[in-house]
Amino acid sequence: MELICPAGTPAAFREAVEAGADAVYCGFRDETNARNFPGLNFSREELRQSIALARRKKVQTFVALNTFMRAGDEALWYSAADDAVAMGADALILADFGLMAYVAEKYPQQRLHVSVQASASNPEAIRFLVEAFGAKRVVLPRVLTVQDIARLTRQIDCEVEVFAFGGLCVMAEGRCSLSSYATGKSPNMNGVCSPASHVRYRQDGADLVSELGAYTINRFGPGEASGYPTLCKGRFEIGDVEGYAFEDPVSLDVIDEIDALRAAGVSALKIEGRQRGKAYVAEVVSSLKKALGASPGERAALVARLRAMSEGQRTTTGAYDKRWR
Amino acid sequence: MPSLPPLLVKPVDLAPLWLVERVARHLFSGVLKAHPDLFERLGAYRETCYGFSPVDLPLHFTVVPAMKTLAVSRGAPPLVDARIEGPLVLLLGLLEGRCDADALFFSRDLSVTGDMEAMLALRNALDDSAIDLPRELGALAGPFSPLVAGTARYIRGKALEGRDATWN
Amino acid sequence: MATTGKPALSLGPVYFLWDGPKWRDFYFRIADEAAVEHVTLGETVCSKRQHFSEPHVAEVVERLEAAGKRVTLSTLAMVTLPRESRHVRDLIADSLHPVEANDLSALGLLKGRPHSIGPLVNVYNAATARTLAARGAENICLPPELPAGSIRQMLEAMPDFSFEVFAFGRMPLAISARCAHARSKGLTKDNCQFVCGEEPDGLPLRTLDRQSFLVLNGVQTMSNSCVVLVDDLAPLVEAGLSRVRLSPQDCDMVKVASLYRRVLDGRIDGEEAIADLAKVYPGVRFSNGFLHRQEGAAWVSRGRNAAMGRD
Repeated sequence: MELICPAGTPAAFREAVEAGADAVYCGFRDETNARNFPGLNFSREELRQSIALARRKKVQTFVALNTFMRAGDEALWYSAADDAVAMGADALILADFGLMAYVAEKYPQQRLHVSVQASASNPEAIRFLVEAFGAKRVVLPRVLTVQDIARLTRQIDCEVEVFAFGGLCVMAEGRCSLSSYATGKSPNMNGVCSPASHVRYRQDGADLVSELGAYTINRFGPGEASGYPTLCKGRFEIGDVEGYAFEDPVSLDVIDEIDALRAAGVSALKIEGRQRGKAYVAEVVSSLKKALGASPGERAALVARLRAMSEGQRTTTGAYDKRWR
Repeated sequence: MPSLPPLLVKPVDLAPLWLVERVARHLFSGVLKAHPDLFERLGAYRETCYGFSPVDLPLHFTVVPAMKTLAVSRGAPPLVDARIEGPLVLLLGLLEGRCDADALFFSRDLSVTGDMEAMLALRNALDDSAIDLPRELGALAGPFSPLVAGTARYIRGKALEGRDATWN
Repeated sequence: MATTGKPALSLGPVYFLWDGPKWRDFYFRIADEAAVEHVTLGETVCSKRQHFSEPHVAEVVERLEAAGKRVTLSTLAMVTLPRESRHVRDLIADSLHPVEANDLSALGLLKGRPHSIGPLVNVYNAATARTLAARGAENICLPPELPAGSIRQMLEAMPDFSFEVFAFGRMPLAISARCAHARSKGLTKDNCQFVCGEEPDGLPLRTLDRQSFLVLNGVQTMSNSCVVLVDDLAPLVEAGLSRVRLSPQDCDMVKVASLYRRVLDGRIDGEEAIADLAKVYPGVRFSNGFLHRQEGAAWVSRGRNAAMGRD
């Protein structure tokens, strides 16, 4: 299985390449990609240099253009696609049907990957993407069990990539407007979820309160580990009960399932985290690279090291395990 | 949580402000000169007034990247757009991209107040810049450069030792 | 469909779990009394619920058609299991009625057949709408998240195409493999005992500071606020909007339809309709922020809207 690694900056890109990535994915510094955070991402020149570096090291570069084109401003997305193709991106990761149609028609030879944001969760959906746009690979939404994936790969003529480590979307990706409901900024349109521009921490007596827009997302008692107010990982009240209504502040870790995923016909494992630092990228990529080649027994030590880096120090196998539902 | 050994804190506490400020300013302008890309990454946030408050030093550092200004103060923290507080070694580690800010923040070792997005932009921009403080510090020390850089590296290694989130 | 004159009213599928008789009686009343021309129906949110409405679909469709409504059948919003795939396949293969696609599996299977696109498919621009239209889509209900600027841009780019906006109801904001609704009652999705049926208008979720925020509806998360675009429609109608969707809530939807119809016909003004809607659906905050390029939960009144210019 290939290891697909995130890079939010050229420095992280270099770290990922050095640490053993088979491919690095990244995006331009604008709304065309779903990690449109300040200070992050690549200028045209930075991407050109990064692709050249990757080439020398026999590493592939995937360019994520995985937001949905804003009506009237399609040119921004089209020119990003044009430039990525011209620079020699090994694949474009796309979510918007209109953009897929553009790339499929204008650059039929260009490898087209379907972003997780397109939410292709079943054989018919994937066949549609292959038939309509010539998709070569689909990144599966985090809604399927390992058994579902195994069943799926047998029925399609398309490579499958799955998330293995990092942030966990609780909702089907690309189908969530929770962030824009609270802030006006959405993953689909602006490439941001729970944007920092709308985050505020407030001391309320002994409690630290985290807010997103006008809404309280969590309260932390003295000494309690705090977290970023990602909407779907907030604490809320239902009836008279307070708790994490959707998901605890955990991150995804399916290293224990590596063999099962390989057996299920998965072509590539993806690490989430373009917004994380280069130190994180280096550590996670090298550990996962080792884990991929290690026996299940040897994996335990590598896993323990990685888990320390997760949000709130807790991880889940998410939807890959049926009991999560 | 790592913190500075008292032997190091004491002299800083006693040192006149102008001296601390001079060293910090030298370091700051050296970093800015060596990493022009930092500005581009910061975008509009280069105008932001950032505050750094090491919890283990009785000092606050205030920086506006666009103005290339750095001020050091004692007492109550000055008014800034975005402030980060935490142990000095973690702040420096963060500056160098050596520690993962997300992991640190989740464990509450660092705390950010004010404009979160500005702090995020700075974090991301710094992360790309490959700043090596011992080297920059050494560069200021002229003929003693190797000695200063080596000592600083040694202190850094010691301070970050034992943390899961260290990379060296 | 040419967009001349006044837009048609359309009733979206009931997103909530209502028991069979309640579901049937709701549609009977719509057939007999509501001023809607299009009705889209069928379980959309969770395949586990299908047996509640299925025994009544035939009689409901018959009654609606007898009353002159045009009926479209909705497909599931999220398809992951073989059983769900089969259901979508069978629905599309056997249906004598047009089908509304709410996920990508339906999009693939509907190629070459006249069909509709539901608000749960991501259509954010005319390039995407054209791609879908070329495959047979004849009507697209746009996602609630779209700002007016995007809607107008698409209306201008495809003047002869039928676009629909989501103009009343709690907005579908997210869908998950995990059932937060069952989870809130100590159950899992696989052993849910259909507890989402206990809240026919959604289970309110509040912040720790007791702010109304969202409602849970099985695997779907919806806005607590009810989108009300009744006073925002005129410029969109002028730009060529074909249909206006009302999403069923557990309130008097016949009255809701009547108020929207009267505003579209110019018989009452939007502000009057909003005041009446507040009586029809009491205790629920209204919102229209998405349309005005703000947070979806926001309410922008027309006075302020006018001051802000065209958007």
